[in-house]
Amino acid sequence: MTPRAGRSGGTEKPKLAVWKFASCDGCQLSLLDCEDELLAIADRLEVAYFREASRAVVEGPYDLSLVEGSISTPDDAQRIRRVREASTRLVTIGACATAGGIQALRNFQHAGEFLAAVYATPAYISTLATSTPISSHVKVDFELQGCPVNPRQLLDVISAFLHGRKPNTPPHSVCVECKRRGTVCVMVAHGTPCLGPVTHDGCGALCPAYDRGCYGCFGPKETPNTASLSGWWRRLGVDEPALVRAFRSFNAWAEPFREESRKHDAQND
Amino acid sequence: MTHKTINIEGLARVEGEGSLYLKIAGDRVEEVRLKIFEPPRFFEALLRGRAYAEAPDITSRICGICPVAYQMSAVHAIERAFGIRVDGPLRALRRLLYCGEWIESHTLHIYLLHAPDFLGYESGLAMAKDHPAVVQRGLELKKVGNEIMALIGGREIHPINVRVGGFYRVPSKKELAALAPRLEWARDAARETVRWVATFSFPDVEHDYEFVALRHPEEYPFNEGRVVSDKGLDIAVGNFEEEIIEAQVPHSTALHASLRGRGAYVAGPMARYHLNFDRLSPAAQEAARAAGLSATCRNFFRSIIVRAVEVLYACDEALRLIEAYEPPEAPSVPVEPRAGVGSAATEAPRGILYHRYRIDERGLIQEAKIVPPTSQNQGSIEDDLRRFAERHLDLPDEQLTRRCEQVIRNFDPCISCATHFLRLEIDRHASDGHDERGA
Repeated sequence: MTPRAGRSGGTEKPKLAVWKFASCDGCQLSLLDCEDELLAIADRLEVAYFREASRAVVEGPYDLSLVEGSISTPDDAQRIRRVREASTRLVTIGACATAGGIQALRNFQHAGEFLAAVYATPAYISTLATSTPISSHVKVDFELQGCPVNPRQLLDVISAFLHGRKPNTPPHSVCVECKRRGTVCVMVAHGTPCLGPVTHDGCGALCPAYDRGCYGCFGPKETPNTASLSGWWRRLGVDEPALVRAFRSFNAWAEPFREESRKHDAQND
Repeated sequence: MTHKTINIEGLARVEGEGSLYLKIAGDRVEEVRLKIFEPPRFFEALLRGRAYAEAPDITSRICGICPVAYQMSAVHAIERAFGIRVDGPLRALRRLLYCGEWIESHTLHIYLLHAPDFLGYESGLAMAKDHPAVVQRGLELKKVGNEIMALIGGREIHPINVRVGGFYRVPSKKELAALAPRLEWARDAARETVRWVATFSFPDVEHDYEFVALRHPEEYPFNEGRVVSDKGLDIAVGNFEEEIIEAQVPHSTALHASLRGRGAYVAGPMARYHLNFDRLSPAAQEAARAAGLSATCRNFFRSIIVRAVEVLYACDEALRLIEAYEPPEAPSVPVEPRAGVGSAATEAPRGILYHRYRIDERGLIQEAKIVPPTSQNQGSIEDDLRRFAERHLDLPDEQLTRRCEQVIRNFDPCISCATHFLRLEIDRHASDGHDERGA
């Protein structure tokens, strides 16, 4: 790949920054897990800000910012604005940054209840009552789904933004990938509840290949028919509380999953 | 008296968000605070009401660096609550999966996070410009660990194949055998790694830490054993919370753990090594001795050698497990949920990871408690920083700052792990004389 000139002009290498908000570090680790490509990336890009990997800090602006994690504290709500201002392109990586993450389960609790139960000495801590995706706070140029992201897709996103093209992340369901792999449908053949029909591909249809139902860690696909899938799950004997839990995990605050979970939540009646 | 402060905002090459504050008055360090400002994510609260079967998937999301550790502590604790025992090839596969995580996590720390301190680089990537072959070896070794996790777990980060009772699918003998040549290479690379890190120069500092680790009758510990220390602690995992107390401190979103009546202690590779040297493979023992280590190491700068020795052990152990593997009849044992409480401690790369669950008759989690290794080590990290800084107050600030960062990285802290973790139970400990506000 031939890097394009950075925003700062001239022929310098494009500057890459990696930012962390509320998260497990797994998505940025995905970059360090690209063992075969990591040194090439470091050669062709200037890794200008990547705390997990380097103590060196190069001033912005940054050509590409990868953002991991959700916004869950007042400080972070401010910090993400500064990151956006310093970035030509901002891409969120993973379920926390894209959908609020598993920590967004707090968003469903009745106001105050959840946090009051958790805090012993709240004065020491500052936190928001919600965990929200980056796009609730600033403009996002692209969202890469997955808990964690797929390292191949992460490399493609980096390459795509350097070349000014669209990332190649098909929005279809996990089902399509199961068919492509030749995996027998776990729901049809074994009666195993599976979120595959409404879940964004990207994992390569991993869970069905290991004889388990998809649990939705890549979040909703484009135009998912969640209501129909819930009907199928009920016919397999899944009760309402279990349906709520199924849609409320790592992408609970993504709108299609959030709305479907509410339909089955007795607390809303 | 001159006053100054050293303030490192945003520690680099550690997992998670932390900073360091040192207040110095003359020749005395007045205050040390390893500040953790990682946003709390409240896992113990959000686990309430979830199904037992979800615990390994949910808790793995506490940490992308050591998800297997969370999955292992979760499944073992829940199996104890249900009165289930997982044995034979399923037990062996869990050990093998853990070997993969140790290789991956330790190698990441050795090559990309810790070694740059010794050789004077800002990062492993910068180090690679001068030492490409060395860094390539590290990346390839790390990749072998990831390959074990990808085969058994389905993927490296947040594996999908671990369940209460065993696995969803188990590999064939042939699938596992395919890893063996890679691991044979890795074993050599690990031996080279031990030799390489032993050539670094280490400051001459030792301290009489209390080391706490699991101890198993026959094995170097992963998933089972009693919780023991070199100063007389020897308890079943079920008594963990009676002896190890967590307290909230003002400057951290993580809790600090300490031993009842004794204070700070150390968990992790240094503790495991000290308490289980006799359980290491002969090759790992030999490499350690050749690297100048005795059966005890009390210099935390040398923890990088101990991690390398553990990588070598994990390669040896993985090869042994693969050689002996015969696939089980079923990928998991039957699981019948019942009301009860179960706890487990396993050896995460960074040390003891304790989980306890109270589960109701429907199989829903009523209460969860998680104590990660970094909370256990925070007190000792701060003590080490204080001791180190007091001995080196003559250094210029820039150098003192760098060395203090290195002291922190000696412990390979995982701040994402340490921050779970603010619970209702905290105030209970206020009456037992433990100072809640002190570090």
